[in-house]
Amino acid sequence: MGETTPLLELANLDVRFDTADGEVHAVRGINLTVAPGETLAVVGESGSGKSQAMMAAMGLLAKNGRATGSVRYRGREILGLPARALDEIRGAKIAMIFQEPMTSLDPLYTIGNQLAEPLMRHKRLGAKAARQRAVELLTLVGIPDPERRLRAYPHELSGGQRQRVMIAMALAAEPDVLIADEPTTALDVTVQAQILELLRSLQQRFHMGIVFITHDLGLARHFADRVAVMRYGQVVEEGPALRVLTRPEHDYTRMLLAAEPTGTKAPPPDDAPIVLEARAIDVTFQIGGGLLAGPPLEIRAVDKVSVTLKQGQTIGIVGESGSGKSTLGRALIRLIHSEGDIRLFGQPIGGLDAAGLRALRRQVQIVFQDPYGSLSPRMTVGEIVSEGLRVHEPQLDARTREQQVIAALEDVTLDPSLRNRYPHEFSGGQRQRIAIARAIVLKPRVLVLDEPTSALDRSVQKGIVELLRRLQREYGLSYLFISHDLSVVRALSDWIMVMRRGQLVEAGPTEEVYGAPAAAYTRELIAAAYGLTDAQEGAASAGN
Amino acid sequence: MLRYVLRRLLTAIPTLFLIVTLSFFLLRVAPGGPFSQERGLSPEVRANLERVYQLDAPLWRQYLSYLGNLLHGDFGPSYNLPDFTVADLFRVGLPVSVQLGASALVLALILGSILGIVAALRQNRGVDYAVVALATAGSTIPTFVIAPLYQLVFALTLAWVPVAGWGGGALVNKIGPALTLALPQIAIVARLMRGAMIEALRANHIRTARALGLGSWSVVVKHALRGALLPIISYAGPAAAALLTGSVVVETVFAIPGVGRYFVDAALNRDYTLVMGTVVVIAVFVIMFNLIVDLLYALVDPRVRYD
Repeated sequence: MGETTPLLELANLDVRFDTADGEVHAVRGINLTVAPGETLAVVGESGSGKSQAMMAAMGLLAKNGRATGSVRYRGREILGLPARALDEIRGAKIAMIFQEPMTSLDPLYTIGNQLAEPLMRHKRLGAKAARQRAVELLTLVGIPDPERRLRAYPHELSGGQRQRVMIAMALAAEPDVLIADEPTTALDVTVQAQILELLRSLQQRFHMGIVFITHDLGLARHFADRVAVMRYGQVVEEGPALRVLTRPEHDYTRMLLAAEPTGTKAPPPDDAPIVLEARAIDVTFQIGGGLLAGPPLEIRAVDKVSVTLKQGQTIGIVGESGSGKSTLGRALIRLIHSEGDIRLFGQPIGGLDAAGLRALRRQVQIVFQDPYGSLSPRMTVGEIVSEGLRVHEPQLDARTREQQVIAALEDVTLDPSLRNRYPHEFSGGQRQRIAIARAIVLKPRVLVLDEPTSALDRSVQKGIVELLRRLQREYGLSYLFISHDLSVVRALSDWIMVMRRGQLVEAGPTEEVYGAPAAAYTRELIAAAYGLTDAQEGAASAGN
Repeated sequence: MLRYVLRRLLTAIPTLFLIVTLSFFLLRVAPGGPFSQERGLSPEVRANLERVYQLDAPLWRQYLSYLGNLLHGDFGPSYNLPDFTVADLFRVGLPVSVQLGASALVLALILGSILGIVAALRQNRGVDYAVVALATAGSTIPTFVIAPLYQLVFALTLAWVPVAGWGGGALVNKIGPALTLALPQIAIVARLMRGAMIEALRANHIRTARALGLGSWSVVVKHALRGALLPIISYAGPAAAALLTGSVVVETVFAIPGVGRYFVDAALNRDYTLVMGTVVVIAVFVIMFNLIVDLLYALVDPRVRYD
């Protein structure tokens, strides 16, 4: 690629926010450029300022934010332009798409209406011409039956389809620059692969410059020409993608790369006792229905799935959203009702009364995905961790209880002196440690881990993975590890169950399932998570 | 949609029946009767009166006959205003109350919405603080303070409007009571709209609209306002039912011949039929406006579907 005038140039860009706790300096004088046809990946963990830098460039900062420095589009300064002048550039020359496909479209207007809007505004098309062009755009982004889809509302589309519509809206006025802020993070891996493929082909067609904001180094490596690594509002390293991500010069980049989950889990010995056994579990949900509304709609969320978990074993349950993996996890510990036979430690739990169930529950604890929503904001960490003890061991005196809480917090490497603080004072990773401490304080034998690392940055996730491994070693715990993240599951599990639409697609030892998947769907999943990157690597090196 | 409306109207029948039954018996449990406060009423005269109005019959028989009459649209005679039937009273008074209430409602929705939107767009600036202060004042100063103040300033001092009276529905007579009724509603709608708009402007799809350079008119009016209307609609339904069925204070202070006073007067005088009539009218209004709210909801938000 020869010398070209940059399409977009950020120079000495600085972003500050006035908050109740004082000024937050989110972006500290960064310099970035994007040339036509080029993809720049801006990589960093949450809070690195990667999104805010681009929001500032687009004039989209929150009201308490201020940006200084310079943002040039084809040499023209656009930072600080009044909204009216900026609106001639936003959407027309520089477009942006966002992470949240579920909420980024207006729920109250049809797809056709929303697609027509940028066309009528920036391309000065009439209603009829805009509609026609909208059909073409939907075809371009691979939405089947576009004529009919124009009349659909966002909630009638899947996440992947909404992200396609979003891309179509962004491309409506044929911009030169597309800023994509984690465009595939909320999507399933197979959908992610399709969306990235779409962006790549559109880029070639329109010769756009793309700024690709992501936390995923694998995606950055295979999708971008150049990579800028950000931390604490600064660019710590910048260069060609392959060089930065294979021979990093900065310690932070090295640390990020090392944070990819590694290692394997050996299976438990053959004579290990069975702790949880479930036969032909069925979970059905009824939707709607009522006296005058007719029979309810039945949805089978889990369909005849069996699980056998041995002591010291980790079963990884993988699948995309809607596969029923979380529902299965909840059914196994009787958080929701299911049909089928469940035995805990050899004892059938079907006929147990509430008291008997409670005694068994103590042995089986669960950790949820959302480290923000699953801890009560009005209880201190100490109260949260000790709550289970109050229920299951009411005879303990306050001092013993306190000691056990301290021991549990030390087990998850949290400073026990922080136990009188509230959850909001902790980071996401710390909160997940609190949730784990709450589970292990009861000395359970089985832990159900429902996407415990999905909301965390890779470097934080690595710490949780190591913690889970150590706890398993020390206490002989058995895990049911539910996740859509194939690389974490691979590192932690010795047995894999692949689920789709409520059914078990495939099960087997980890290396067998990953190495030689039997089912076509498993192959597709693995290809989307790993293979995509390999295939693109080949294409990228061929292109160079 | 039509099926839904029919179903809702059908379920209104048992609701109304329950309301009528409950109020009928509750009213009779209260001590006293329509004629117990008349002075110098000899027992014979009283017995005669009660016979005329069938108050001497067993309660269940009275209840059945009231229900039967109600089904024919007969609300019965008023006990304390003997020259009028309850239906007559409503035929005369209801249009007056509805006119006043409707003007107040329209005023409140328009002015309140505008104030709320402006405040939301200028959040945490002078205009916003002024609106919030006004809204707080508007909803805390009681009507019985506002109404006499209005009379003192505009009728007695400036002599622009009459002090009180309906004047056959002349505009100058209506301004005072309509404004007094509207003021607290303007305040409530302004606060609701401000909150709803601030929330709506924070939505992710507003960020999308801005990122696509759609212009502030489209962002504010097309995308934010429509979503912000939902809480206003849910408030406006019950508020409309309350406003259109009259206000005791405003109608008393301004000497308006509406139906707002009936409920309190009738309840105090144990005017059984008039209380029952008022209950039925208010219940019908509430049921009707709740249905309208639900239908408007579906109109504004395509995710709400009733089929």
